[in-house]
Amino acid sequence: MSAAMSAAVLRSEWTKARTVRSTPWLLLATFVVTVGSNVAFAFAVRGSFDRMPPQEQRNFDPVYSGFTGLGFGQIILLAFGVLLVTGEYTSGTIRASLAAVPQRGVFYLAKWLSGTLAAFAVSAVTVFPSFFLAQSALGPHGTTITDDGVLRATVGGCLYMTLVCSFAMGVAAILRSSVSSLIIMIPLFFFVSPMLNNVSALQPVAQFLPDQAGTRMIEVVPDGESVLGPGTGLLVMLAWNAATLLGGYLVLRRRDA
Amino acid sequence: MIHARELTKRYGRATVVDGLSFEVRPGQVTGFLGPNGAGKSTTMRMALGLDRPSAGEILVDGRPCRQLKEPLRTIGALLEAKAFHSGRTARGHLRYLAQSNRIPESRVSEVLRLTGLEAVADKRAGTFSLGMGQRLGIAAALLGDPAIVLLDEPVNGLDPEGVRWIRDLMKKLAAEGRTVFVSSHLMSEMALTAEHLIVIGRGRLLADTSVTRFIEANSRTFVRIRTPEPERMRETLSRAGIPVLTGSDGALEAVGARAAVIGELVSAHGLTVHEVSTQSASLEDAFMEFTAGAVEYRASGEVPVRRQGTEGGA
Repeated sequence: MSAAMSAAVLRSEWTKARTVRSTPWLLLATFVVTVGSNVAFAFAVRGSFDRMPPQEQRNFDPVYSGFTGLGFGQIILLAFGVLLVTGEYTSGTIRASLAAVPQRGVFYLAKWLSGTLAAFAVSAVTVFPSFFLAQSALGPHGTTITDDGVLRATVGGCLYMTLVCSFAMGVAAILRSSVSSLIIMIPLFFFVSPMLNNVSALQPVAQFLPDQAGTRMIEVVPDGESVLGPGTGLLVMLAWNAATLLGGYLVLRRRDA
Repeated sequence: MIHARELTKRYGRATVVDGLSFEVRPGQVTGFLGPNGAGKSTTMRMALGLDRPSAGEILVDGRPCRQLKEPLRTIGALLEAKAFHSGRTARGHLRYLAQSNRIPESRVSEVLRLTGLEAVADKRAGTFSLGMGQRLGIAAALLGDPAIVLLDEPVNGLDPEGVRWIRDLMKKLAAEGRTVFVSSHLMSEMALTAEHLIVIGRGRLLADTSVTRFIEANSRTFVRIRTPEPERMRETLSRAGIPVLTGSDGALEAVGARAAVIGELVSAHGLTVHEVSTQSASLEDAFMEFTAGAVEYRASGEVPVRRQGTEGGA
């Protein structure tokens, strides 16, 4: 398979993503929800800052606090990743698609790349405005992009969002069903993981869950409980991605369409 | 050219396709006939590289489909209806397929015109009728101008105009020198369009022959005779060397004789008759009789049932 042919398949996958209504809506919703909730939470934090215990005030992380809304935006991007993959199975286009591109690896890589590039672009145009708006909403407690580690944490926010989408594509490729993919991942990201992380007996394990590890990337002030930092958090997140994406590929290769 | 060699597909303990070997040649319509559940769709999916054979192989132009670089340029297929996303337009569906095989955009408009879908090209496919959906499937199959066309139960659920359109199209494609391989569970449909037949039942090859020969070999023609004096009639026919059977309604059935011969016998012997008519068992009957031993059995394993319905089946 030549490079030109692979490029053609990537182009085809992008057309496929672009030509269903859910794509523009979900990407727009990611932007609106993420920016909106980041700013809203930042305002709320600013209002309650003076009532925080001094210990918390000393350890206040303006970047992490300003990115609270990523927790909501990630769910929409996650759904985008899931639908990109499972849409093929629910609609039956998977047979037309694989009859056109029988090399499963090329097909899978092109689909992953088109979804991940779209997620990265949306993350970039969402996370950076989020940062500036949330920091000005934090007012006196905010920080600037030139401060130590702040740019790194903001780029980390883009990577985190992108990797959530990519992880979701891997899970969806394993399960081949939007319902089961979302039923597993949304509670995991929304409740289960934060809950487990707050149970001290489980924290040593829970800190390695994808969102707990991944959000280390957006910290400037270390969390203090997790053994992971921004760099190691990214590595754990990449490992989760590699595992689900490889699983998805093996399912696609082995099973009949 | 499609070439199956000892093609076998098992799902768990069930063998759906069982050692099939056949060739589908260019320049004619080859019918792939069998009752629902005989393994036709599974065979077609294996030809396209969608399902992996458990044993044996099926080759497209001498190679497994998965090895073709841009397969739409070699083989186009209409699988069961609705292999498109209901939210995508007809043009969008064809466009992404075309791009994946580096087929120029102009060809998308061409196949839309060819299938009469121009007016609805930018409507979402979810709003399409069954017939329009089939047309879109055929447009996708023809996208790469392929030398081999696979059609799985293409006339299912179509109105008479659509049925006729597909029949004409298949004949035209074959006349252009393409390999046209079309599955159906209806013998009558095959008799109208196909020149060659591959008949399977329960995954096994039952016949690989021309349509004409299949019909000759399997349809029974007889002359039905109603008479108030059946015993004399029977004796007369027997003496003339014509085998006689008694039909379910009591009428006599003279097998393999022409009505004119019977009429002359009647007149020569002064017999009274109420009816002398030529009957031929319908093609459906011939097909049912032929595949009688090869229909699917119920789970109990006792009562043979022919699966009903118009669905393509797996």
